[in-house]
Amino acid sequence: MTKQYQALSPGHTACAGCGELLAMRHALQAAGPDVIVTGATGCSEVTTSGYPDSSFGMPWIHSLFENSSSVASGIAAALRYQKKQDKIKVIATGGDGATFDIGFGALSAMWSRGDDILYICYDNEAYMNTGVQASGATLPGTSTTTSPSGAVEQGNMMPKKDMPAIAMAHGCVYVATASPGYPIDIQNKVKKALTMKGPKYIQLLSPCVPGWGFSTDQAVKLGKLAHQTGLYPIFEAVNGQITSAMKVPKPTPSVSAYLELQKRFKHVLKNPQLLATIQAIADANIVKYGL
Amino acid sequence: MKNKISVAAGTSKNNKTGAWRSYRPEIDFEKCTGCGICESVCPEPCISNSHKINKMGKEVRQIDYDYCKGCGLCAAECPFKAISMKIEKK
Repeated sequence: MTKQYQALSPGHTACAGCGELLAMRHALQAAGPDVIVTGATGCSEVTTSGYPDSSFGMPWIHSLFENSSSVASGIAAALRYQKKQDKIKVIATGGDGATFDIGFGALSAMWSRGDDILYICYDNEAYMNTGVQASGATLPGTSTTTSPSGAVEQGNMMPKKDMPAIAMAHGCVYVATASPGYPIDIQNKVKKALTMKGPKYIQLLSPCVPGWGFSTDQAVKLGKLAHQTGLYPIFEAVNGQITSAMKVPKPTPSVSAYLELQKRFKHVLKNPQLLATIQAIADANIVKYGL
Repeated sequence: MKNKISVAAGTSKNNKTGAWRSYRPEIDFEKCTGCGICESVCPEPCISNSHKINKMGKEVRQIDYDYCKGCGLCAAECPFKAISMKIEKK
């Protein structure tokens, strides 16, 4: 039996049933051993790289919360100088807080420079590592510790940033979203992205057991339901044009099938107006992406 | 001054997380069809191919209990219900 390359080794300290590590494992496994990965601060870093251990099977660097993309740009420049840019690929990763909010300036700059880097965002829709604070990726109506549901406000009131559209506006050659409900889809998208030259962006939905409030065996089920209800469109775009989108089943399940499994949306099911708002987001996605 | 700040790949295996578990997944040797879905959905990952052949002629999967945290994703996603979650006893 030959020893297989393992992108992520067991023994990391992520929660049981973590959807983020599941998505990350498939993405990095597909990238293969000839990559250098940078990681932003967040669960993906804290759980895997507590000194003196590392779960990763490839060179992996963490610097700060905001500069995963800047460090990756520096690595890409060094590889260009050594004329190794065709052999070794650079991947920058970060959670949704690092991508949508804190590291957004550096990320925008990386895309503008046109560096040959794949950026992977693990989108768990809040700052889960520090205790579920709302981020730019949080859906309207979500109850978090900074936007609790109560008598006055019903959870987060801000819309979720359309990060794939922002990436396309920067001229990314490849933009895709995927979910751990479909691991082979994640692998195919990462492999496809790494064949292209230029800035690329992949956003992976990452169900979070304590942050979303579901039982530990449901991360894959929720990854599928997020897509099937239309709340999390799975598509890919090449050079700013959407080339394919994963169809939703007909008849499409209502968003309550997805929301009722999660504690963060418990109040939504008792509030028909808020439920209609979230259903409208899903319906708009289905029309926009032709799901 | 030189500080060693890099660590070897895959060294998190030193950290055995099996003690986190309260439910223990068990694979039914004869029911397993070797499809590999459990292997694919395990977040650790601690499920691998045992290369042992059952009566159906399939390669049965095995679980590394040193690392399994007992999340139950494998049992929930197994299409043949070949994995059952049993409460962990001392």
